[in-house]
Amino acid sequence: MSSLLPLLVAVPIAGALLTLVVGYAADRLGWPLAFASSLLHVALTGYLVVRAYATPDPLRYTVGGFRPPFGIELVVDGFNAAVVGLVAVVAVGVLVYARRAGPHSVAFYTGYLLLVAGLSGMSITGDMFNLYVFLEITGLAAYALVATGDDGRSAVGALKYLLVGTVGASLFLAGIGYAFVATGTLNMADLATKLGEVGYGSTLVRTSFALVVVGLGVKTALYPLHTWQPDAYASAPDSVSGLISALVSTVSAYALARVIYSVYTVEFLSSVAYAREFVLVLAGVSIVAGSLLAVMQTDIKRMLAYSSVSQFGLVVAAFAIANEAAVTGGVVHLVGHAVMKGGLFLAAGAIAMRTGARTVGEFDGLGSRTPLLGAAFAVLSLSMVGVPPAVGFVGKWYIALGAIQSQLWPIAAVILLSTLLTLAYFLRLVERMYFRSGTGAAAGADSPTGTGTATVADGGDDEDPTLGRDDTPTLGRDDDDAFAADDERFGRPSVGMVAVVVVAALLAVVLGPLVSAFEPLLEPTLETLL
Amino acid sequence: MILDILLTRYNYVVVALLLPVGAYMMIENRNLVKKVIGMNVFQTGIFLFFITAAYREGASPPLVGDGGAGVTYVSPLPHVLILTAIVVGVSLTAVALALIVRIYAQYGTLDERRLREAYADE
Repeated sequence: MSSLLPLLVAVPIAGALLTLVVGYAADRLGWPLAFASSLLHVALTGYLVVRAYATPDPLRYTVGGFRPPFGIELVVDGFNAAVVGLVAVVAVGVLVYARRAGPHSVAFYTGYLLLVAGLSGMSITGDMFNLYVFLEITGLAAYALVATGDDGRSAVGALKYLLVGTVGASLFLAGIGYAFVATGTLNMADLATKLGEVGYGSTLVRTSFALVVVGLGVKTALYPLHTWQPDAYASAPDSVSGLISALVSTVSAYALARVIYSVYTVEFLSSVAYAREFVLVLAGVSIVAGSLLAVMQTDIKRMLAYSSVSQFGLVVAAFAIANEAAVTGGVVHLVGHAVMKGGLFLAAGAIAMRTGARTVGEFDGLGSRTPLLGAAFAVLSLSMVGVPPAVGFVGKWYIALGAIQSQLWPIAAVILLSTLLTLAYFLRLVERMYFRSGTGAAAGADSPTGTGTATVADGGDDEDPTLGRDDTPTLGRDDDDAFAADDERFGRPSVGMVAVVVVAALLAVVLGPLVSAFEPLLEPTLETLL
Repeated sequence: MILDILLTRYNYVVVALLLPVGAYMMIENRNLVKKVIGMNVFQTGIFLFFITAAYREGASPPLVGDGGAGVTYVSPLPHVLILTAIVVGVSLTAVALALIVRIYAQYGTLDERRLREAYADE
């Protein structure tokens, strides 16, 4: 069954080619073909993930019959199985959303499938140079996807992303070069033993570590290296922002963790002076600076983008702490953040489509104008802040626990501080949505505390009763007027778009309690990694 | 000592020059096309590093005839890696130039500062 591993990459690539060729002949077939490829990819991934957690040994596949360490091998263990599954599920969700929200071009569907192929490849490869190639495939697809927006801004954002991203990937390649010069091998498992033989004190080995961390730090968008990220996320179409915010940085952060654990090993981290401190300081600065920048934003998508800088600081800090609790927290937060941030971007897109609200100020009274989407946005926000039992809380809890176990008090303090700052920038939105009257015609004459607000004011518990109401508003006369006003001025998100956002909100809540079931699955892998 | 390094390791000196020159071009040049050229220079520096590392004095190409004992061969792997990296670099340049064409069509300029002014006007 491990012979199915290369199909994780091959299926989306074949789908991309098919979509490109058929899509140009018959425009209407673009989406169905992309969707079919994605469904096949999910089925395949689901099967392999179940297999990976059922067997104690990792699934391995030798590409082209060239045995490692000379050839390339693909590996799925308990660590990356979670990432592979995440990529497949989020990708399908975004495609469902993009059915109505667009972009509707064949270029988008092709780029989307190539991105999925690149991300899957990055997740499963066991070879350093292969990781670089998939990193660049992912990058190229992401640059092209950002540029699918209609206005010139998206092209400028994409070019900036391309220039900075290429420097990052090139530094990563230089790091691989240093490691290759030191050891003469590119296979991750082989590198781990040979780097130890060369000695962790070697300048070549240390330099390669620094270059690789900085290179992947650019792709993950850690603080001083994040400059491409807000422009790219803010200028991309909503579906694309959701997709790349949920997956591209996530898989890069996974790659960073994989390289730290499987190539340089935890022993390197603890034996080389300042190696762990270097990563921890990078992550800690990222947590604080990202949050502060997010508080200062007025544009919703830019705020969410800076929030990602902060959250990835948290994830990378967890991987640098490198004890069992912290790494569990890192994996949980990696997956949880992808679901929450992807959901938030998609919710923001759907809200903008419904009401035209794209800045913090325009969120006033939104809870009554679009109850269901507003509630989903609020639930996702609160989960991101870390309100139990949501997944955002569980991830942060484990990371803080790990920091305290390793007696890294500054990092523990930074994590708590970051929660306060996250509260600052998300709570002001929730407060505006539910406790302030809306502006303009859409809010109605005197209905700020009408029945619509009361129904949804208590967050996510009321989601199901209001499920149908977004389409057939029956919340009260004033709100009917509001809906009518919105209908005149703006479009309506499709049922699929709303459903994807609601599912993301539900997942953010449900995944939290499920972590205790996931922990024993992860444990055997962690034992071999740490 | 320094002269010795310059004479025997001049390739690495060129690498050490190409990387900052490329990075400087990307940061300092206002023209978007020149930024892309800077990116290419930067990448070339890294390609040269790989190729130089693979050089062995007096070694022959890795074509094993009969037995091949007593002969030093060059490892072909770095060359193959860089061939791949060059292809990646060409694709990146193509995408970058396509984006630049779009930017020019939209704003009528490739100058970073004028682009910012055009932003402010929107």
